[in-house]
Amino acid sequence: MSIAVVLPRALYPYARGSSTLVIDDPCSTVQDALSAVGKHWPGVLDRVMTEQGTVREHVNVFVGEDSIRFVDGLATPVDDGDTIMIVAAVSGG
Amino acid sequence: MTHPNPQNGDTLLFVGTMKGAFFFSSNAERQQWTKHGPYFAGESVYSLAYDERGGRKRTFAATRSFHWGSNIRRSDDFGETWSAQDRQAVRFPDGSDLSLVQVWQIVPGPRDEPDVMWAGVEPTALFQSRDGGETWSAVDGLLKHPHRPQWTPGGGGLCLHTIVPDPSNKDRMVIAMSTGGCYRTDDGGASWRARNVGVRAQFLPNKYPEFGQCVHKIVHNPARNGRLFLQNHWGLYRSDDWGDNWTDIANGVPSDFGFAMQTHPHDPDTVYIVPLQSDEFRCTPEAKLRVYRTKNAGESWEPLTNGLPQEDAYETVLRDAMSADSQKSAGIYFGTRSGKVYGSANAGDSWQNIANALPPVVCVRAAVVGAGTSAPNAA
Repeated sequence: MSIAVVLPRALYPYARGSSTLVIDDPCSTVQDALSAVGKHWPGVLDRVMTEQGTVREHVNVFVGEDSIRFVDGLATPVDDGDTIMIVAAVSGG
Repeated sequence: MTHPNPQNGDTLLFVGTMKGAFFFSSNAERQQWTKHGPYFAGESVYSLAYDERGGRKRTFAATRSFHWGSNIRRSDDFGETWSAQDRQAVRFPDGSDLSLVQVWQIVPGPRDEPDVMWAGVEPTALFQSRDGGETWSAVDGLLKHPHRPQWTPGGGGLCLHTIVPDPSNKDRMVIAMSTGGCYRTDDGGASWRARNVGVRAQFLPNKYPEFGQCVHKIVHNPARNGRLFLQNHWGLYRSDDWGDNWTDIANGVPSDFGFAMQTHPHDPDTVYIVPLQSDEFRCTPEAKLRVYRTKNAGESWEPLTNGLPQEDAYETVLRDAMSADSQKSAGIYFGTRSGKVYGSANAGDSWQNIANALPPVVCVRAAVVGAGTSAPNAA
């Protein structure tokens, strides 16, 4: 199984410079995929999720073109070959 | 970008803003300043600390990315390099249902325990490090305090913003939170009691509750054991018994609303504040930027205006944006929400503009290299 996780530039330093992470661990949900990210790149996960395991307020996670906010949150299913994209929300000041 | 390269006796000014940190370096005369930075460009830096215990010269910065979370970073070379903080260092424990929003305060621990550090955070909690700031753990006595469900956020968030250890007693510490008020431990953090007798909560039906006040800042000078000064959300107070009782000292100030407060580094009767007009109009009264100083522990206050604008100055100085250095002729500094930094090399008798047009200033820390820590309220 292979899932790609595309990172924003701000997280490259925590992925040893990579822009895309490849997850080979068995995954059936976004939660599974992010747990795998945390296992191999814990600094990335710390910046995407809080210590209580929720996605940070101003971070969006997409599976393909679908935001998980409007699907099933962290329980959003993923399949072999899917691309998860992590994006900083259009917010700030 | 240049970085400070100070000699012993030089003066450093660490300025945290909403979009990064800036350092300013000068000598003991403090007439010319060199700017360095921005560090952590784009991140808010709500707290900075400088620590020389254990022979090191270490700078701490509390950073927050709007998107990617908060952390505490360390530098042993005045900002040239910073600790590679892969993981979030300050983490609420599993089962607490709390997640770190921001670190509001970093304070070095006792002089003879150079690896002990304290951090106050949002949502309200106190963290301790015993390894020089590398790892942190929550102080359970406050994390599980029975008052917690009734602590409510002020305008800036539910935060523990002030930490005042008793230098003469390691088991005693005073902290302040917005809201919630002042709390003190006398047993090393195992238990905490509200210490707000005499401090009013203008916004509550009971104006003098046990807790729930919006205390903005508490300061202490080690030269006078037991004495604390408090700037409240409406109210100026002094305690001479580590917070057991508070006395109103709003004598002759244009407003007793404000945020910032700073002790003179050498004189325990002298304190500085920057009054703001009101909670609805949080700008300097009459459009005059005035620092007020008491030299008699609050019996009276005098305006300090020499070198500060006295017209069209709608300025705000936030709770952690004032500091003092320990040079023989005390340096007093403050930063404004409009991005200006002012400093005085003569205890406030006259002021010079050190910086303009920075991002909003939220933290100011001054330190004399070779003189010890930049503990927020002590020389």
